[in-house]
Amino acid sequence: MDYNEILSDRVKTIKPSGIRKFFDLASQMEDVISLGVGEPDFTTPWAIREAAIYSIEKGRTFYTANQGLQELREEICRYYQRRFHVDYNPKDNCIVTVGGSEGIDIAIRAILNPGEEMIVLDPGYVAYTPGVELAGGIPVTINLRQEDEFKLTPELLKAAITPNTKALLINYPSNPTGGFMTKSDYEKIVPIIKESGIIVISDEIYAELSYEEEFCSIASFDEIKDQVIVVSGFSKAFAMTGWRLGYVLANPVLTKAMNKIHQYIIMSAPSSAQYGAIEGLRHCYDEVLKMRDSYKARRNFLVKTFNDMGLETFKPQGAFYVFPCIRSTGLTSDEFCEKLLEDQKVACVPGTAFGPAGEGFIRVSYAYSLEELKVATEKIKIFVDKCRGNHD
Amino acid sequence: MDEKLMLSLLQKNARMKITDLAAALDESKDDVIEKLTELEKKKVICGYHTIVNWDLTNTEIVTALIQVNASPEREYGYDRIASHIYKFDEVDTMYLLSGSFEFVCIVKGKTMQEVAHFVASKLACVDGVTGTSTYFVLKQYKNDGVILIEDEDGKNDRLVVTP
Ligand SMILES: Cc1ncc(COP(=O)(O)O)c(C=O)c1O
Repeated sequence: MDYNEILSDRVKTIKPSGIRKFFDLASQMEDVISLGVGEPDFTTPWAIREAAIYSIEKGRTFYTANQGLQELREEICRYYQRRFHVDYNPKDNCIVTVGGSEGIDIAIRAILNPGEEMIVLDPGYVAYTPGVELAGGIPVTINLRQEDEFKLTPELLKAAITPNTKALLINYPSNPTGGFMTKSDYEKIVPIIKESGIIVISDEIYAELSYEEEFCSIASFDEIKDQVIVVSGFSKAFAMTGWRLGYVLANPVLTKAMNKIHQYIIMSAPSSAQYGAIEGLRHCYDEVLKMRDSYKARRNFLVKTFNDMGLETFKPQGAFYVFPCIRSTGLTSDEFCEKLLEDQKVACVPGTAFGPAGEGFIRVSYAYSLEELKVATEKIKIFVDKCRGNHD
Repeated sequence: MDEKLMLSLLQKNARMKITDLAAALDESKDDVIEKLTELEKKKVICGYHTIVNWDLTNTEIVTALIQVNASPEREYGYDRIASHIYKFDEVDTMYLLSGSFEFVCIVKGKTMQEVAHFVASKLACVDGVTGTSTYFVLKQYKNDGVILIEDEDGKNDRLVVTP
């Protein structure tokens, strides 16, 4: 029996992730220097680990409330108020999820009917388009441009909205571009969102990794706050990727709807992770800042190094990725990354893994020590010089 | 210039090349050199040391923490007594503390006898010192933010490529 036949049409139509393909290539080789990961190089702060261990020791091993531990939701809401000046209450506006990943999924599924359009940004995080497709929706992409520093401009947004648009999914600071939206950037698109009445799913998972300006949440604009679903989590800022913990914040109706899905498919997020996260929000902010300082130095180093080797790279203001333009080498993103891997055993991710608009770019993660970045970029330079030599 | 970032980078790696430091700070080399010179002059940067784990060498070395009781002096408080103690080469680190004793000194020597002799014949005899208690270090776990024993913590087993 051909089991491919029995698969659902939706699953069949979803494209395999471009990351996966590259992962397979890179994992077959030995001694690869990778600049390809989307997770911090730091281990979780010890205080968080210790609190989670304690919770296990104490036998706190049961399902928690569907929405998550009350204490944790209180801390999350306090945190969003303290850091980003947005008011939410733990009872009506907050669900603790299994990573931002689950948050993205339940946000999309809570609002989208089959055939309705959701605007997603290209290049963008790999899970958005499949998430929309799995919900039966139609992803409509906006191609972001390097000359706009990959920001969402009012012109681009206006042009993408149709009568069938249900929602917009944004992610700033952005994976993979490192693009950033300031308060004044948002001021330009907020009226359009207000007027059209669309829902905004804002993936704010990299909020703490903002290097120049303070992070601005689109939910901080009162006139559209109720249209916004904030998705965030502990993976990046608190270096907690493996714990699988995130949250969504939204108006009471949307929260209730998302919780309906969440309670059936997940029940509740892992309890020990939740206890750890409470400690993180209460006592580990200094460590978050320390990690941020490290990332900032690495970003500066990479931006200079890539520009010096003739790969035009704009200075991203957030997340932990730079997005150098490799067009000057005459190679496509895929060719560049594959050849770089073969030639120098350095793994970067082709921009096209994040959408067709990523063509001409590669994503380089700086979740690595400066020493590692130095070794890797020296190898990339050798490769780039070779490419140039071949083309002259 | 982000002085704090500069200092924390150097604290992690005092041997960082000026070009790399300048790149990491997004500043010019000249500006970085100028800033370094200024911080050295102001004694904000007091040196560029190496953290050595002597336990892994053949060098004989013992470390002791010594609590020192002392009575303050009119005009000087504790500072004059302290200066008579910290000038001894054997004293590696010294703090004035709140609590039931006044100073703690970290003293290094080749053998326990040598350290004990230093305490008895030098430290305890300093004018104003009224008592000492000596604690010899048996094992060093962490020093200046660096874990010095085998620990799996830093090793990470991240996948090579992730979204
Ligand atoms: C933009 C973005 N959103 C969401 C996630 C998912 O994170 P998690 O499910 O670990 O919270 C990631 C992880 O790479 C990401 O980069």
